[in-house]
Amino acid sequence: MSQTLAPAGAPDVGAPPTPDSLIHARGLTKRFGELTAVDGIDFDVAPGESFGFLGPNGAGKTSAMRMIGCVSPISGGTLRVLGMDPVADGPRIRARLGVVPQQDTLDTELTVRENLLIYGRYFGLSRAEVSKRADELLEFAQLTERAGDQVEHMSGGMKRRLTIARSLINEPDLLLLDEPTTGLDPQARHLLWDRLYRLKQRGVTLVLTTHYMDEAEQLCDRLVVMDKAKIVAEGSPRQLIDRYSTREVTELRFAPGVQETLDGQLDGLAERVERLPDRILLYADDGEAAVAAAHARGLEPEQVLVRRSSLEDVFLRLTGRSLVE
Amino acid sequence: MTALASVPWGVGRVFEHRFLQYKRSYRATIFSSFLTPVLFLASMGLGLGTYVDASGNQALGGVPYIAFLAPGLLAAACMQSAAFEAAFPIMAGLEWTRVFHAMHATPIDGRDIALGNIVWIAARMLLVAAIFTVVIVLFGAAESPLVVLAIPVAALTGVAFAAPIVAFSATQRTPDKFNALFRFGITPLFLFSGTFYPVESLPVFLQPLAWITPLWHGVALCRGLSLGIIGEDPVMAVVHLAVLLGFVVVGTFAAIRTVNTKLLRG
Repeated sequence: MSQTLAPAGAPDVGAPPTPDSLIHARGLTKRFGELTAVDGIDFDVAPGESFGFLGPNGAGKTSAMRMIGCVSPISGGTLRVLGMDPVADGPRIRARLGVVPQQDTLDTELTVRENLLIYGRYFGLSRAEVSKRADELLEFAQLTERAGDQVEHMSGGMKRRLTIARSLINEPDLLLLDEPTTGLDPQARHLLWDRLYRLKQRGVTLVLTTHYMDEAEQLCDRLVVMDKAKIVAEGSPRQLIDRYSTREVTELRFAPGVQETLDGQLDGLAERVERLPDRILLYADDGEAAVAAAHARGLEPEQVLVRRSSLEDVFLRLTGRSLVE
Repeated sequence: MTALASVPWGVGRVFEHRFLQYKRSYRATIFSSFLTPVLFLASMGLGLGTYVDASGNQALGGVPYIAFLAPGLLAAACMQSAAFEAAFPIMAGLEWTRVFHAMHATPIDGRDIALGNIVWIAARMLLVAAIFTVVIVLFGAAESPLVVLAIPVAALTGVAFAAPIVAFSATQRTPDKFNALFRFGITPLFLFSGTFYPVESLPVFLQPLAWITPLWHGVALCRGLSLGIIGEDPVMAVVHLAVLLGFVVVGTFAAIRTVNTKLLRG
């Protein structure tokens, strides 16, 4: 067994050893004509890991996922999925993937159960085997009572659960989820997170994209932050917060018009001060101390909120922009 | 050609999916497949036919108008059904429900999806043609037992349209151009390809137009079989068959290409 050194330029934090990687990407690039959707990104995903792409719409997350899913040819760089080359072995790789696309691709004419049955057949499963797995997955997705209903009449949350159930019909080694909870109400999201968390505990390797901070914090062991087709940071949610933010954040809201008059009065109040259109963020490990300092300077905010730092703050720091506009 | 080794398997799965969808609506489609020929043969074959036959039918080769008309309608009905099946369900799978993208995320690839749909349309057309032919026989409009062979020939005529139309549908994002396809393509062909009267009755400059479309070839073959006169000009029969097969082969390769392009682009 030879020890493999991480290639130059590889992410230094949390990068798993390359030989075991389920996904291995170096300089991965996707171009659509003039537009570069993914611009030379490097990452590895280890077995059993839960890995996230975090970034705003248009950052290149979906393009990266489609390349990993072997349904979109790469424009440059290297990509290995399950140790194979997507160009030469697309169907063999896809046989071992589960895919939850951003847009539902269910057959709305068929019933819930029929959607699972026919999908299993695409993986070459026998009718008997697929029938057994469909029953288990309906149970897992809490759709047993709806098994005979036509998909067209189901809610968005149920369709998402069915899509996740469908993606598991081939017992995949790697599950790809592109914005799994976008557009769902909070209750439906929490149910979905719970199901995904169970999969993670069973050792299924998850790769997901999201522009929700809380989703990334809940589900990802490790993530990369993408902005404008590039990876701008990598690490666990905790590491990223430690590295790019402070322990606490203080949010100050002023009466309308006041914030614009505060030039110079905020300097030095905290390690870092961010001005958003509607509020001011003070980055300091001790939020209460920052509030006291502000009051000592005679500032009179209408609202004060001291909270723990989140990935949202990391993103703001890295890109100067909010994640969800 | 090692890639072709896996063809039957993937194509079979796509076919199975289309069959599962069809099971929901088969009663309605079988009923209309039966009703259409009954209405056409009753009104035009019997009704209009009375006048045609009264004024002499030498131009039709001395057979009753209904016997001349029925095989033409058979080929034309397959063309219309096949064109419809190659347009909207393909757009649905690629753009509306995006079910074909779901298939593509599995070991199934674009080639399987294109071929599976074309094979499915062929099977559907065999059913349409079989029902139509039963009606022809019931109307006493078949002159020869060879009419049985008109079933696969009519289905082939349908596929000669379906394959290139699948290729076209896969290039479209919206159904806007389908209206034009039917209004300026399929309907004029239905009217001017020798279905209702011999192409020789058309102005000379229009006749070559009939020759280059698959429908005229399909009509000529079906008519030759139904009237039992196919053996009188075997060379032309082979030419007709070759033209239809040519459309199927070229259309199918084009469909594999455009469906693949669409799937890889997202």
